[in-house]
Amino acid sequence: MKELRLMKGNEALAEAAIRAGADAYFGYPITPQSEIIEYLMAQNTEERTGMAVLQAESEIAAINMVYGAAGCGKKAITSSSSPGISLKQEGLSYIAGAELPCVVVNITRGGPGLGTIQPSQSDYFQAVKGGGHGDYKLIVLAPATVQETVDYVKLAFDLAFKYRNPVMILSDGIIGQMMEKVELFEQIPRSDKEYDWATLGKKPGKDHVIITSLQLQPEEQEKVNLRLQEKYREVEKNEVRYEAYNTEDAEYMFVAYGSCGRITQKAMEMAREKGYKAGLIRPQTLYPFPVEIINKVAGQVKRILTVEMNTGQMVEDVRLAVGGKIPVDYYGRFGGMIPSPDEILNAFEQKGG
Amino acid sequence: MAKKGDVVIQTERCKGCEICLSACPQNVLAMSDKVNSKGYRYAVKVNSACTGCTNCAVVCPDGVITVYREK
Amino acid sequence: MAENLIKPENLVYDKTKVLTDRVLHYCPGCGHSTTHRMLAEAIDELGIQGETIGIAPVGCSVLAYYYFDVDMTEAAHGRAPAVATGIKRVLPDKYVFTYQGDGDLAAIGTAETIHACNRGENFLIVFINNGIYGMTGGQMAPTTLENMKSTTSPRGRDVKTMGSPLKISELVASLPGTYYVARHSVHTPANARKTKRAFKKALEYQKEKKGTCLIEVVSNCPSNWKMTPIESNKWMEENMFPFYSLGDIKAPK
Repeated sequence: MKELRLMKGNEALAEAAIRAGADAYFGYPITPQSEIIEYLMAQNTEERTGMAVLQAESEIAAINMVYGAAGCGKKAITSSSSPGISLKQEGLSYIAGAELPCVVVNITRGGPGLGTIQPSQSDYFQAVKGGGHGDYKLIVLAPATVQETVDYVKLAFDLAFKYRNPVMILSDGIIGQMMEKVELFEQIPRSDKEYDWATLGKKPGKDHVIITSLQLQPEEQEKVNLRLQEKYREVEKNEVRYEAYNTEDAEYMFVAYGSCGRITQKAMEMAREKGYKAGLIRPQTLYPFPVEIINKVAGQVKRILTVEMNTGQMVEDVRLAVGGKIPVDYYGRFGGMIPSPDEILNAFEQKGG
Repeated sequence: MAKKGDVVIQTERCKGCEICLSACPQNVLAMSDKVNSKGYRYAVKVNSACTGCTNCAVVCPDGVITVYREK
Repeated sequence: MAENLIKPENLVYDKTKVLTDRVLHYCPGCGHSTTHRMLAEAIDELGIQGETIGIAPVGCSVLAYYYFDVDMTEAAHGRAPAVATGIKRVLPDKYVFTYQGDGDLAAIGTAETIHACNRGENFLIVFINNGIYGMTGGQMAPTTLENMKSTTSPRGRDVKTMGSPLKISELVASLPGTYYVARHSVHTPANARKTKRAFKKALEYQKEKKGTCLIEVVSNCPSNWKMTPIESNKWMEENMFPFYSLGDIKAPK
């Protein structure tokens, strides 16, 4: 049954994982996302749905537990925050290489290094460009609300299994820590589907299943790379998601995602009140990136301003999408600082509207 | 009297490590003068004293020895 | 006459069906090969081929998944016990084993090993200890003996600067999570048979969910020790066994 609740982002995410029929969560505490594992443990998921929840000895172990469970065709999820996500990159590369489905949540905090525990979007590059070694991509979903966080957990599992690819929910400490009204979807039963690619025990008369990302012959590795690229083209064709505001008459366009997208929406409305015909594109998938719509509005607006809680990362993808047609500027705060609508509006006006 | 046994050696898969030789209590095995297609000298049976004890086969790393024993 | 004996009803030893027909890539005389077969025979004799999932490491046995005719996953270097944990937590009734060398298990994967054992994860860890990194060409391992030469300890392992050889089996035996820890070898028929018996016991304990079982196999590395297989086994008896003594380290009463 659908139900309305007032929930903290991280707890809502954990509840959504249970309701999505997840079979296993493996994680390691790190601020600002420890509520996820705390909530799951408090829920006694083993009894509630049979979902396994385990506090691993490290982020590295946690992602490799996910690898093992995912290889059995089970819905496995892990979560962390920036320094912990760096530790997971090895495992993510193996999971992408072995083409297994899983969901990874990054409740991003500022960096580099140990950085700060305050919210940030400074892991954009790491999330959308692969992150670990080798040619691979994660599908990256960027929620702006607690509601989207919940909905994206379900979507993330669907996409992960559709493409047999790791999916990242790239959120941040703002959304993880704030409370909002949220409508929870109904419990999806855990699946007992047996995939033919999963290690479940060798079936009589069938070849044994091997899950590996090792190809000693370069010809074979190139084939794997080509197959992955083919998959990513499919993902780019089918899975782009974004919200566009006031694109019809816009002369100026903001591009911002996640929590920063919400703040920028307010700045855009303030700009409208001052007479600027401003619009906003809020990418909901960062990979695949909404290239087409951004390229389209670039033929209509005078300039684009990206607003990010980092030192300018997504702006590079926006410029690629625009292809030099119009100027693309960037404004951001970082290191855990959050821009206000006023300062975004100010930056917008300073850069010539 | 000990039972009679015999061994069949897949000489093409033998890597010539000689571990089976020292495992055979009857000294049935020796190394060939010839080499197989991989260039390894391989184990061969040189007498009929085999009792089918399976020692050679158990310790053969590459599992190239099959053992038979009279019932 | 001998020829008459070679007929199906007289067959007493043949390669187990739990090994595929692929030619093993291991060097002549390598203990990996015999250990593979002993484990495969244990799985065969228990009749659990269709319920077993193995995890291969990074190291010489990285391609173990080609040889065991059971479902297999290839883990990142050292992470096999974490991968096994993930599998076992979603499929608690399957038989799960990891197969790991000394570098994989006792250096880069020490945390995963210790914590899996400490949680008492119900799987079998097969630990091949030959005191050297084989695949990468003979570098020092955590288990390399004092004064033993390797390409990264060319004047012998100096324990003052390189640390002492690590007795991982004794270490994990001290944890409440482990149920059965034993050290064996496969260089003689008797030793190989003992190793198989240990594997069978460990898999039976796994069925009873008794906790983690770790079977260490002290093994040779003729290529990187730069000896013939026969010499390497003798060297192992004279040098490895006095430090890594064979037998049960922790066994149920």
